[in-house]
Amino acid sequence: MARIGRISWNWDPIQEMERLERDWNDFFSGLGRPSAVKYPPINVFTGEDDVVVISEMPGVNPEDVDLTIIGDVLTLKGTRRRQELGEGQAWHRRERGHGDFYRTIQLPYNVESSKVEANYSKGILKITLPRAEADKARKISVKTA
Amino acid sequence: MTEAEKSREVKKQEAGGSVATERTRTGRIYMPNVDISEDRDKLALYADLPGVGDEDVSVTLENDVLTIEAKVSPVEIGDHRLSYAEYGVGDYFRSFTITEPIDRDRIEAKMKDGVLRIVLPKKEEAKPKQIKIQAE
Repeated sequence: MARIGRISWNWDPIQEMERLERDWNDFFSGLGRPSAVKYPPINVFTGEDDVVVISEMPGVNPEDVDLTIIGDVLTLKGTRRRQELGEGQAWHRRERGHGDFYRTIQLPYNVESSKVEANYSKGILKITLPRAEADKARKISVKTA
Repeated sequence: MTEAEKSREVKKQEAGGSVATERTRTGRIYMPNVDISEDRDKLALYADLPGVGDEDVSVTLENDVLTIEAKVSPVEIGDHRLSYAEYGVGDYFRSFTITEPIDRDRIEAKMKDGVLRIVLPKKEEAKPKQIKIQAE
């Protein structure tokens, strides 16, 4: 009962349009196009010899995050714990998401999994993935017959 | 007041503070997501501010308007080139009108792992009092 009232009061045409736009984008986005619903959001920076993946995940306990690398695929798995209510407390607003997340990220090349470094600071996870030695660019000379 | 009425009230008051004034620093500004809870003694606010350290956030309460401003120092990435992006990086700004009388001297704010936690204790007079019903 209370729930129905709440939804109607919170209905916001701008938010609704943003939601439609997001759905629209999801519908048309192929692989590699950003989508607003993925969690946690990532930015990927590429250099000659390594890839840096940076992700915003404030309030996550680093122990609740699992990183695995197989070949050129990075898997990011974890939990963002929910903010619990104490005795006699009630929510005015709840905008911060919570729950389990799971993402796989296709990297531009194979990485040296033993040399991967991950660092969590100020709610941001930074993963540095050095390119596999065997995968580094080599110059091949063309022989004439 | 029911919860529905409360949330409508907060929503109505939101626009003024964040839209009316312009900032001097250019660049992108994001509105942080917040959780706000209330109990008998206090309001508690949690805001997601990834990339913000304890020194870079300012919280003010003036004329019943609570303002959160935070500066972000982007992560150092050397000469790498951005090849894929799902989020933008910028400062944070958001303000709320607080209708409860707050004990200003006891406000606490703390940053941890990119989350700001503000506790706003209510003034003694604003706390609900149980009134005894006397039998005749």
